[in-house]
Amino acid sequence: MNFDKELNARGLSCPLPIVKTKKALADMASNQVLKVISTDCGSVKDMAAFAEQTGNPLLSQEEVNGEYVFYMKKK
Amino acid sequence: MATKKMAIIATKGTLDMAYPPFILASTAAALGYDVQIFFTFYGLQLLRKDLSTVMISPLANPAMPMPIPMPVMVQMLPGMESMATMMMKQKLKKHGVASLQELRDLCLEADVKFVACQMTVDLFEFDKSEFIEQCEYGGAATFMGFAGDTDICLFI
Repeated sequence: MNFDKELNARGLSCPLPIVKTKKALADMASNQVLKVISTDCGSVKDMAAFAEQTGNPLLSQEEVNGEYVFYMKKK
Repeated sequence: MATKKMAIIATKGTLDMAYPPFILASTAAALGYDVQIFFTFYGLQLLRKDLSTVMISPLANPAMPMPIPMPVMVQMLPGMESMATMMMKQKLKKHGVASLQELRDLCLEADVKFVACQMTVDLFEFDKSEFIEQCEYGGAATFMGFAGDTDICLFI
């Protein structure tokens, strides 16, 4: 999937992946796509909750080699 | 939709109890909440410019996981608190958990409002110059003014 910006959240625990995602989105334009890579298994539910509550659609989430990869579109 | 609001009362000043207010506040701010934390009694320690004095004690804390079983008589010895604090900080770092300083900075950056309890400052004769400049001072009524209109209100 194409993306405009990548956030490396490897090794970070709650709440940093979410807080850093929010900060990364702040510098982006509407409809741009942010790729987030996390190693925190808690971030799977948290990213979905973040997307739902902030209205930024989570386009996909997958597990690749023990890492969690998210694609989020800025609303 | 109106902005959601969250209010937290932070009453504890130990390392373990310092995390929940800052974690919840920074997360809520990231979700778009308007957040205020009211620091009272021992919670005021979390507003000090220097957070290195925030410690954790194994004493009277039987739920704290210890690397080896440790009798209370040993936990009482001088230096045990510093050692437990050092070990806890190493553990937090190893697991990628942010430091207190980092979480507090994230809260400030996200416009979380800090209110320090004026009564406690007077009670313990604290010097305001020891606290960060980004906090306001107020009392219970100040807190109610914000808390009365919140979606989430927590006492920690």
